[in-house]
Amino acid sequence: MHEASSHLLSVRNLKIEATSYPPGEPAKRITIVDDVSFDLAKGKVLGLIGESGAGKSTIGLAALGYGRGGAEITGGEVKLDGTDILQLGKGGIRKLRGARVCYVAQSAAAAFNPAHKLGDQVIEATVKHRLMSKEEARSRALYLFQVLGLPNPETFGDRFPHQVSGGQLQRAMTAMALCSKPDLIVFDEPTTALDVTTQIDVLAAIKHAIEETDTAALYITHDLAVVAQISDDIMVLRHGKMVEYGPVQEIIEAPRQDYTRALVNVRQAAREEAVDQTEAVLRVDHVSAQYSNGFKVLHDVSLHLCKGQTLAVVGESGSGKSTLARVITGLLAPSSGAITFEGRPLTPLLKSRPRDDLRRIQLIYQMADTAMNPRQTVRDIIGRPLTFYDGLRGSAKTARVKELLDQIEMGTGFIDRYPAELSGGQKQRVAIARALAARPELILCDEPTSALDPLVAEGILKLLMKLQEEQQLSYLFITHDIAIVKAIADSVAVMHRGKLVRFGPKSQALSPPFDDYTDLLLKSVPEMQLGWLEKVLATRRMESAGN
Amino acid sequence: MRLREIPITAWVGLFGIALALFCALFAPWISPYGETEVVGNVWQEADAQFFFGLDNLGRDILSRLIFGARTTLIVALAATVISFSLGIILSFTAAVSGGLVDTVFSRFNDLMMSIPTLIFALVVLAVLPQHLIVLILVMAILDSTRVYRLGRAVALDVAVMEFVEAAKLRGEGKIWIIFREILPNTLSPLLAEFGLRFAFAILFLSTLSFLGLGIQPPTADWGGMVKDNKDGIIFGIPAALVPGTAIAALAVCVNLVVDWLLKRTSSLKGGRGDA
Repeated sequence: MHEASSHLLSVRNLKIEATSYPPGEPAKRITIVDDVSFDLAKGKVLGLIGESGAGKSTIGLAALGYGRGGAEITGGEVKLDGTDILQLGKGGIRKLRGARVCYVAQSAAAAFNPAHKLGDQVIEATVKHRLMSKEEARSRALYLFQVLGLPNPETFGDRFPHQVSGGQLQRAMTAMALCSKPDLIVFDEPTTALDVTTQIDVLAAIKHAIEETDTAALYITHDLAVVAQISDDIMVLRHGKMVEYGPVQEIIEAPRQDYTRALVNVRQAAREEAVDQTEAVLRVDHVSAQYSNGFKVLHDVSLHLCKGQTLAVVGESGSGKSTLARVITGLLAPSSGAITFEGRPLTPLLKSRPRDDLRRIQLIYQMADTAMNPRQTVRDIIGRPLTFYDGLRGSAKTARVKELLDQIEMGTGFIDRYPAELSGGQKQRVAIARALAARPELILCDEPTSALDPLVAEGILKLLMKLQEEQQLSYLFITHDIAIVKAIADSVAVMHRGKLVRFGPKSQALSPPFDDYTDLLLKSVPEMQLGWLEKVLATRRMESAGN
Repeated sequence: MRLREIPITAWVGLFGIALALFCALFAPWISPYGETEVVGNVWQEADAQFFFGLDNLGRDILSRLIFGARTTLIVALAATVISFSLGIILSFTAAVSGGLVDTVFSRFNDLMMSIPTLIFALVVLAVLPQHLIVLILVMAILDSTRVYRLGRAVALDVAVMEFVEAAKLRGEGKIWIIFREILPNTLSPLLAEFGLRFAFAILFLSTLSFLGLGIQPPTADWGGMVKDNKDGIIFGIPAALVPGTAIAALAVCVNLVVDWLLKRTSSLKGGRGDA
């Protein structure tokens, strides 16, 4: 390969800048992507990986000649089959997009127009570009629906976006991208918003479709284990710069850079489980709950949590795990059953609970962004529980806030910042400090790390573990991530469709014999290992053949 | 906040409002003639002695404009402030409480809104004693229905956010949730509405004066002055345009200031309602 044109896509010294307007300061130029180069041959997949803000999506969109939100491509070249698409002009780029280069967005639910049928949207671009007649495009779509393993491919296109599941929608979007027989597809975190059990289906479908159609692809994700299953090459990015670039095997098995090594080794931690004491700090007995419209979300759930331990509640979205937390906090009254906290029954409804009970049970949310009032400073956010529960004011309060900031490993310099001036990890730390300020016995953690980058998430988990040790806190930790469960839990509860399917000490709960759902869940967790996807799919096929 | 950061448009607005306030406060000392004093011929043209000329009864328009700032500003401002306080408190209570409280408040509000404002005002003002306070209260209550609608809509958006839930979990009372959690996050749209409502209050006041139920003659108010002099326009006499321009200018000034406040409240990064 002595000449560049043998590559389908060839990016050289790409530089992307944007202007940011911080309040109260003059506008400044920031570099989002700096000096990134790579090549992509036909039928190959390049994985772009990095934490949020690494510039991976921006690079992906640059392959379409597009700068999002004021980002400008200010240097380098993006050559598609030898032509620099940055020099094409608006008309040329318009011919390119949706025809030769296609894009699959992270949230298919937000990317589809809810007012039109899926079939019409899938073929829209292809027909607009006059690449096929409507009939040809329809039969192509039908073929793609089959390749992607969608149920009832003949009638799938007649449905509206809200009538299909998230995983199916994501596959429909892949079909839309593949419809025009493009040379290149940019996948922007296509499985990040999906449950693990769904993710594996979508991954398999995408991989199969790429092989079938011989398309080249850029696959953007923050999950190294996912990208290892699907890519030929991997580029690791950080702060807009290339950290490491090479074949998958090299990156996974012999990473050269420290940052890559940290990514590969993330979440390898495992915790020795503590003994199940009979005295439980929290006991949930035969609790069922339903919404006011009569929809039952919890069916007869019983579990308990011992003091100073962590109970992980695992399940996919809609399994009722967050509802369980809402019932414990009193936001939703159980329709039957009882909750005992420190040996005393808890009043079902929030309003009638004594203030001291409210203080002892704290909740940490998944999205720290929306869990903190954007108009309050860190001082107010952490200080309010101090005033509210303990009557601290003035300098005593400030001293305690500083002490708490110290405990969450943030400097006291953050005290007058607004949440918007903090990074995602810092926000979650402040949310933890707010919970700690109430001197709780039990903290309910509702997926506190799932919106964070892996390395940041690891830091949060370590912090939580440290605090648990220091203050004998008990955690009810809601998650869908088995790796986290292995790292922090003492006991595990697996939930599926509102029912508790498995509960016990971690060693028992996560070892065979499994029930069907736990088995599926455990097998769906991507592993940092080449060929994992094929192996899982092969076992599945064998099992279904055996049945 | 430093003075340098205030944009020029906001300075213009602040200057206009300050001028109107100054006129209102010191009217007897700065006006060249009395409020009801007849000083010359009907609709005498402007000259060095009478800056804006004379009105339909031969009174000095400039003097009446200065005195009129008093009544117009006081009534419009008081009515808008009261209507906002009322509307916001009721709508936020409805949004936070939900259920029966929300239903009762909202349906009652619908009931009020279903009656045409002007006719409602006419009936009520005709029955009640003619008093400035009564006028202000009637205007405020009628206007608060609009504020209620907006307030409930924006508050519902914020009330379902997790930080409000976190406050509820902490055991905070309704007052804290309304004033400390929700209000700061809804200020932007409410401020914008305030500028608009203030201008409408001036116009509504002039409508009422026009129909003889607002400010009673011979007390000057800008809307009333437009009415008094409107016939002059037929004869090419611009006397009615002077108070009309004053109303427009004040409305523009208020909105310039509101725009600036709006930018300030929403420029905190991550703030809601970035206009």
